[in-house]
Amino acid sequence: MSTAQQTLLLIGATSDIGHATAQAFAGAGWNVLLTARNTETAQRNRDDIAARSGSEVSLLHLDILDTSGFATFLDGLPVLPDAVVCVVGELGDQQQAQGDIDHASKVIRTNFEGPALLLGMIAERFAQRGSGTIVGVSSVAGDRGRGSNYVYGAAKAGFSAFLSGLRNRLSPGGINVITVKPGFVRTRMTEGMKLPPLLTAEPGEVGAAILGAVQGRKRDVLYVRKLWRPVMMAVRAIPEPIFKKMRL
Amino acid sequence: MLLEGWGRFPRHESEMLVASAPGELAALLHDRHGMIARGNGRAYGDAAIGSRISVSAKRLNRMKAFDPATGVLTAEAGLLLSEILDAFVPRGFFPPVVPGTKHVTLGGMIASDVHGKNHHRDGGFGALLQSLKLVLPSGETHHCSPDENTELFHATIGGMGLTGIITEASIKLRPIETAFITQKTTVAPDLAAALAALDAADNVTYSVAWIDCLAGGGSLGRSLVYAGEHASRSEMEAARHGDMLAVSRPARLSVPLDLPGWTLNRASVLAFNELYFRKGARNGDAAALVHYNPYFFPLDGVDRWNRIYGRRGFLQHQCVVPPDNAHAVLSEILERFARSGRASFLAVLKKLGQGQGMMSFPMPGYTLALDVHVRDDIFTLLNEIDEVVTRAGGRLYLAKDARQSRATFRAGYPALAQFQDLRRHIGVEGQIASKLSERLAI
Ligand SMILES: Cc1cc2nc3c(=O)[nH]c(=O)nc-3n(C[C@H](O)[C@H](O)[C@H](O)COP(=O)(O)OP(=O)(O)OC[C@H]3O[C@@H](n4cnc5c(N)ncnc54)[C@H](O)[C@@H]3O)c2cc1C
Ligand SMILES: NC(=O)c1ccc[n+]([C@@H]2O[C@H](COP(=O)([O-])OP(=O)(O)OC[C@H]3O[C@@H](n4cnc5c(N)ncnc54)[C@H](OP(=O)(O)O)[C@@H]3O)[C@@H](O)[C@H]2O)c1
Repeated sequence: MSTAQQTLLLIGATSDIGHATAQAFAGAGWNVLLTARNTETAQRNRDDIAARSGSEVSLLHLDILDTSGFATFLDGLPVLPDAVVCVVGELGDQQQAQGDIDHASKVIRTNFEGPALLLGMIAERFAQRGSGTIVGVSSVAGDRGRGSNYVYGAAKAGFSAFLSGLRNRLSPGGINVITVKPGFVRTRMTEGMKLPPLLTAEPGEVGAAILGAVQGRKRDVLYVRKLWRPVMMAVRAIPEPIFKKMRL
Repeated sequence: MLLEGWGRFPRHESEMLVASAPGELAALLHDRHGMIARGNGRAYGDAAIGSRISVSAKRLNRMKAFDPATGVLTAEAGLLLSEILDAFVPRGFFPPVVPGTKHVTLGGMIASDVHGKNHHRDGGFGALLQSLKLVLPSGETHHCSPDENTELFHATIGGMGLTGIITEASIKLRPIETAFITQKTTVAPDLAAALAALDAADNVTYSVAWIDCLAGGGSLGRSLVYAGEHASRSEMEAARHGDMLAVSRPARLSVPLDLPGWTLNRASVLAFNELYFRKGARNGDAAALVHYNPYFFPLDGVDRWNRIYGRRGFLQHQCVVPPDNAHAVLSEILERFARSGRASFLAVLKKLGQGQGMMSFPMPGYTLALDVHVRDDIFTLLNEIDEVVTRAGGRLYLAKDARQSRATFRAGYPALAQFQDLRRHIGVEGQIASKLSERLAI
């Protein structure tokens, strides 16, 4: 298999989506480097992937808010990976973010600043080598700001724009940049929420879709459940004078 | 929330707690009463419904380690059998014992000491279990194996969750060369021939008989008897099959709605049986290569097929009777079902060996399983059949049970007192309780 020696760097190993994604890659024969801010919790996922696949799986510490540590982190990697997937994010609490600037700042930094800066630095290294695939997990929430989650949404919008720019700049140089907008996914983040079945994916579907997008079926923007594309097209098309009166 | 088993009868209100990591369990269980572990809810009746609280193990689904040299897999107890198959069949390993559906958890398979089509030769799930970890409501964790905490180990195997919550277990997978089974079909014109065919297959790894349970008179118990072995590479090459370790394929058909109860009336059941029998008879005796999915999990091909029985749900009656006099006893049971016109197209006959656990269902003999609709008049019929089973020295399978009487249960499980002593001794009485354990006063 041509993928036998490839390596994935997965940022956010304790996330359900991240775990499913790493699982899919390991199952397809990739070696996997995982990162987490809490490596003790992440060990359980590392062992799971290693036992199922028999692939090499290692686990490294990385806090996405520790931007000054990124260079050391990247220099310390055993290999420059062939693909990187960043799933780190935090939904946060919109109400709290409205009054608590520290919380708002954390949501913005966790969803935008940290992931964008890290992927940006990796992009430079990929560009130098002349190959590599960068996958950022953003959100449909970034497609249009809504009253119920605009701090998170704005951060995701920033992240999507960053990825779009990176793609625009680097695609001639053979670097693939993929923006994933998973829609609703049944994970810890959405636990207890009532979600519409047709628009809700399982983490495994997201993992398989990301693997598919990286290995061949080249995608720029990946909506996991197809229905999301028209839904978001419609949401974006609503004129602002009407949109501002809607309670979303 | 309202909980039910696979048979959708009975339904009970129960609080549901979800453990998202093994380390959380102790805190989750602290100071609570009337709890039972719940796996994937494939037990038919009320075994996995807590007397007050059901503790879902489904997110305890991580594998911990696998050693390809020994085949030993260690994993959390909520791991699904389907996931074990998906990961290890392509790597050339197969679980040593599998029930008739792969949508069950590791913990559920231990707690029911499930039997496969190889019970007569290899024993049940408990026989191949290396070790397990059990968490008690007190927060204590016990490591149990054939050499450590032996009594608790044997009580947990087949203990229907009533000794505590299994969080982790190690099982030894067996090496396979292909994902296929060589299947030989024998047509048995009556019950005596079916029992003889099962006996003749004593040294074959897998065997099972499907009975046309509406056939009466001289054809009573007419069956197709399937014997199977894991196919070798050379057998596959001879048959020119493609991918030898192909993984499972997902279910394509699905039953999306509650079909009304009349879907399985006598006429449709008759037609199904007749068709099934003729089809099998045509292929009689010729060896065939069958993928493990249709071979072991024929019903998994239809998603949520339990809904075809309609809203009132259904019951599975599964008994085991000792070998002496089995022909007469099974004939009587089949005749009663046939006369009632209430029997399903699903009638399975298997040969069992010794059980491993204190409360395990298997005992040397033959086990017969049939499905029936829930109807007001069905309970009397089943009680009469239970009497036949009890008189013969047999018992009913707790993982399928939703209605047996305390008397039937006590007669069938002589180790009950010892099991109750152990529950008292480890201090789980009252704290660990299911609707089943309340109903049967365990
Ligand atoms: C189509 C079909 C075919 C079947 N074929 C067979 C067969 O061939 N042979 C056979 O033996 N059985 C068979 N069964 C029964 C099935 O294998 C058992 O009921 C099994 O226990 C179900 O596993 P589960 O994970 O769904 O457990 P559940 O149904 O959720 O629970 C079953 C029991 O296990 C206990 N339990 C579950 N998880 C844990 C845990 N972590 N710790 C402690 N206790 C736990 C529960 O308390 C309960 O008592 C079949 C069932 C179906 C639906
Ligand atoms: N679930 C959905 O419906 C949905 C929909 C659209 C987009 N998404 C996006 O998908 C991604 C994964 O989400 P999920 O649903 O799998 O939820 P999740 O389990 O909550 O994942 C979030 C991940 O981010 C990590 N993280 C948060 N702050 C961090 C930090 N400072 N440093 C390092 N890691 C940090 C978390 O680690 P800890 O375990 O240490 O907290 C966790 O692994 C997120 O970006 C989310 O925005 C999800």
